[in-house]
Amino acid sequence: MKPNHIFQAEQIVAGYEQKTVINGVDLTIPSSRISVIIGSNGCGKSTLLKALARLIKPTSGRITLDGKPIAKYPSKQLARIIGLLPQSPIVPEGISVADLVGRGRFPHQPLLGGWSKKDYEAVAEAMELMDITQFANHNIDELSGGQRQRVWIAMAMAQQTDILFLDEPTTFLDITYQVEILDLLTDLNRKHGTTIVMVLHDINLSARYADHIFALQEGRLVAEGTPSEVITSRRIKDVFGLDCEVIDDPVSGSPMVVPKGRHHMETRAAL
Amino acid sequence: MNPITVSSDSRPSPHIPKHFPTVLIVSLILLGASILASLAFGSRAVPFHDLIDGLFRPEMDSYEANIVRKRISRTVFSLLCGAALGVSGSLMQAVTRNPIADPSILGVNMGASLFVVCGMAFLNMTTASQYIWLSMTGAAITAVFVFGVGSLGRGGATPIKLILAGAATSAALSSLVTAILIPRSHVMDQFRFWQVGSVGSGTWSSISTFVPFLLAGLLIGFLTSPALNALALGDETAKGLGVKTGTLRLIAALAGVILCGATTALAGPIGFIGLLATHVVRLMVGPDLRFVIPLSAVAGAVILTVSDVLGRLIGSPGELEVGVVTAFVGAPILIILAMRAKVRSL
Amino acid sequence: MTLTPNLIAPSASVEYIRAGRRRRQRRWMFVTGTLALLALVLCAAMLMLGNTIYPLDQVVRALSGEKIKGVSFAVSTLRLPRMLAGLFAGFAFGIAGYTFQTLLRNPLANPNVIGVTSGSSAAAVFCLTVLQAGGAVTSAVSVAAGLATVIVIYILARGKIFSIGRLILIGIGIQAMLDAVISYLLLISSEKDVPAAIRWLSGSLNGSKMSELPPLVAITLICTPILIVMGKHLHTLELGEQTASSLGVSTDKTRIALIVCAVFVVSIATATTGPVAFVSFLAGPIAKRLVGTGFHSLIPAGLVGINLVLAADLIGQFAFVHRYPVGVITGLLGAPYLIFLLIRMNQKGEL
Repeated sequence: MKPNHIFQAEQIVAGYEQKTVINGVDLTIPSSRISVIIGSNGCGKSTLLKALARLIKPTSGRITLDGKPIAKYPSKQLARIIGLLPQSPIVPEGISVADLVGRGRFPHQPLLGGWSKKDYEAVAEAMELMDITQFANHNIDELSGGQRQRVWIAMAMAQQTDILFLDEPTTFLDITYQVEILDLLTDLNRKHGTTIVMVLHDINLSARYADHIFALQEGRLVAEGTPSEVITSRRIKDVFGLDCEVIDDPVSGSPMVVPKGRHHMETRAAL
Repeated sequence: MNPITVSSDSRPSPHIPKHFPTVLIVSLILLGASILASLAFGSRAVPFHDLIDGLFRPEMDSYEANIVRKRISRTVFSLLCGAALGVSGSLMQAVTRNPIADPSILGVNMGASLFVVCGMAFLNMTTASQYIWLSMTGAAITAVFVFGVGSLGRGGATPIKLILAGAATSAALSSLVTAILIPRSHVMDQFRFWQVGSVGSGTWSSISTFVPFLLAGLLIGFLTSPALNALALGDETAKGLGVKTGTLRLIAALAGVILCGATTALAGPIGFIGLLATHVVRLMVGPDLRFVIPLSAVAGAVILTVSDVLGRLIGSPGELEVGVVTAFVGAPILIILAMRAKVRSL
Repeated sequence: MTLTPNLIAPSASVEYIRAGRRRRQRRWMFVTGTLALLALVLCAAMLMLGNTIYPLDQVVRALSGEKIKGVSFAVSTLRLPRMLAGLFAGFAFGIAGYTFQTLLRNPLANPNVIGVTSGSSAAAVFCLTVLQAGGAVTSAVSVAAGLATVIVIYILARGKIFSIGRLILIGIGIQAMLDAVISYLLLISSEKDVPAAIRWLSGSLNGSKMSELPPLVAITLICTPILIVMGKHLHTLELGEQTASSLGVSTDKTRIALIVCAVFVVSIATATTGPVAFVSFLAGPIAKRLVGTGFHSLIPAGLVGINLVLAADLIGQFAFVHRYPVGVITGLLGAPYLIFLLIRMNQKGEL
């Protein structure tokens, strides 16, 4: 199991150029859990994630890992603790799947020389867990979208970080693959105790897979807690501006949002 | 990447643009000033009274007056070439619906050059009236090829695809030109003269060769401008408005190619005038092609003539080819366009 | 949803991956070896061929310092500098092109297309014609101009979101302006300097002198190891800004270091041989195609560069009745490939 880390953000303000997107967020990431950041479009979910994963520098506030500001860590050392899978990673042309996954080993490798035994083991393990070993010597171009996403997660896994951030890992995927990817991430969390923090678009999938939810509205954290604490019809109305009914998910028992529109309300009346 | 989206403010209105009268007056004043400058300045500057003598008092036979008379044909020629290139640029931008289209950027100039070189090297052509047709054929073939390559794939002919196709084709053609020239020193001299000749080679006979093509091109440009306005709204919308987009494209592109092909044949390759003129005009009067096309003619004439004067002044005692000046003046427009463009529309 | 069963037993998967990598590694070794061998053959041919063809043993003896009438002069004074200039410039163009292309993730983003070469060329023409300066000054000014061009293009192309398309468009614009400057310099320079400048501009190994080579050799020998050591950084940058920084690469510093190195070698090579068209564009894609991309193709790209320059020079010298400078031959070979590449990229929707 991975060691426990205390990852905290205090009063962080972040954004792009003059535009402030995140405005004073305090949070503590629950160690060895799956956390999901939800919120409507443009509320700053991705920006918050990027600030936490030190891709953008907050204009004020501090982010600490085990009490030490993340900016103070040498970048390679931090890269052995925190990993990130961006929303749309760039695929280099014509590279084999194993070599791509192996690039996640960068923070563990010396500048020159090939792969060590550890590198091979980390790559093999990540590929096993993502079930892509059979593609190891295939070209990445030959893989489907869902398979590629598993390759990217395997690469982030091969980095062997204790904390993994993922920016919308299921966007652009069919629902089948979305569920598959989230299952694989849950495997990763349960098997290795990896702390996972991700931005997800789908509230119902978030509610099902998250241990902890952060709800963001206009750059501020408006609620956090377990899915059943956070996801109430009142809160969904506040955060997303959506009228809805929250029922129990018949499969998982987690809260499930059923939106109300202006039409097709007959059954609703009958309830 | 997505095709250029037509923003709401580029929708042509039926009204005359607000600034049109002012712009027209200013551009006519500039035109007059550039003509005077072209007559007065050069490796030898002529005082004003000699300028008047040279123009209006044929009985005066001073050295300066004769210089002015010699400069008349050159000035007329540069005005005509500039007008042709300006309109050619507007037409090409309208047809490709692409803000960077210009004969030099699309490699059309180089196509014309290659054909002219072939004419000189293999068919023993020596005069402009002989290779004007070759030049136009070369321009047309290159335009079709570059546009074909540039519009392959998703999003059609985006600026970046078009410009790269143009640059690549230019590079390929210029290697061919060099390969043909190196073993043939007599053709090399002749070609150099053609290439460097620029508007300085403008004589009354080249002007008379040029005028029919210019008139044909300009006429087509003016006549097609209302339909091209509809094309600016997108192919579907244009079709919905009853425009035969295929035929329109063909005719307008043909006019653009005639204009730049004829200019290139007579004045050598001159770049960036179309780009510069059209964008300056559009900045002033908006996107309505019924105004942009005629004003581009005026702006092109002014820009080319002023560039020619600058070339004479900078290069004194010799002269700097006008194409060099226009590249230096016009290329920044390309850079500015690239800087302002939204990433998606590249 | 359950995981689909693995096709390969867990214990075997390390071996499976290792075997695949070994196979690719062997291919890399084979391709690199073959390219090196070919380069060696071309070098020998450069020394043996000429107005008179000398056998290899005479060439070797002449090089080892023995005075052989006729041979010594032709080989040591004429052919050796020409061969060395081609060798080092080809390697420099190849590795610089590869670095640019990989860094900017686009085969079109090479020093030729984005205007670096034009910047160095304009500076070199200025030194040759206006200053009448010697090799060392020309080299230094070319490098400075190359760096300045890159900085200007980068500042202009920065924008809110970095876009390679914008960079290329701006590069082409800058290039047009620099070409205008070159024409102007040719016009104002004295007549006796013009032919040399024009020959130099088309990229030529003609008249290479031993005394002009040290800057090129030194810079290439300094920058190549740096680029090799930074290879892994380059490969993380290839995965995009965000992935690279999450892997612990300080992206800005790395990018600057790589670009500075690449600009140094390409500018110095340009100052020595002139802008030999398309070599820095062609070498990278050819090397990648040959070795596959799992491994660092920097050295193969350099070797491809050598082979291109030397082969094109031999073709230019001997294949036709008339002698062509090397740049014309590489131009004729490279431009169609550029068009082909554009067509393919357009069809795949990569632009």
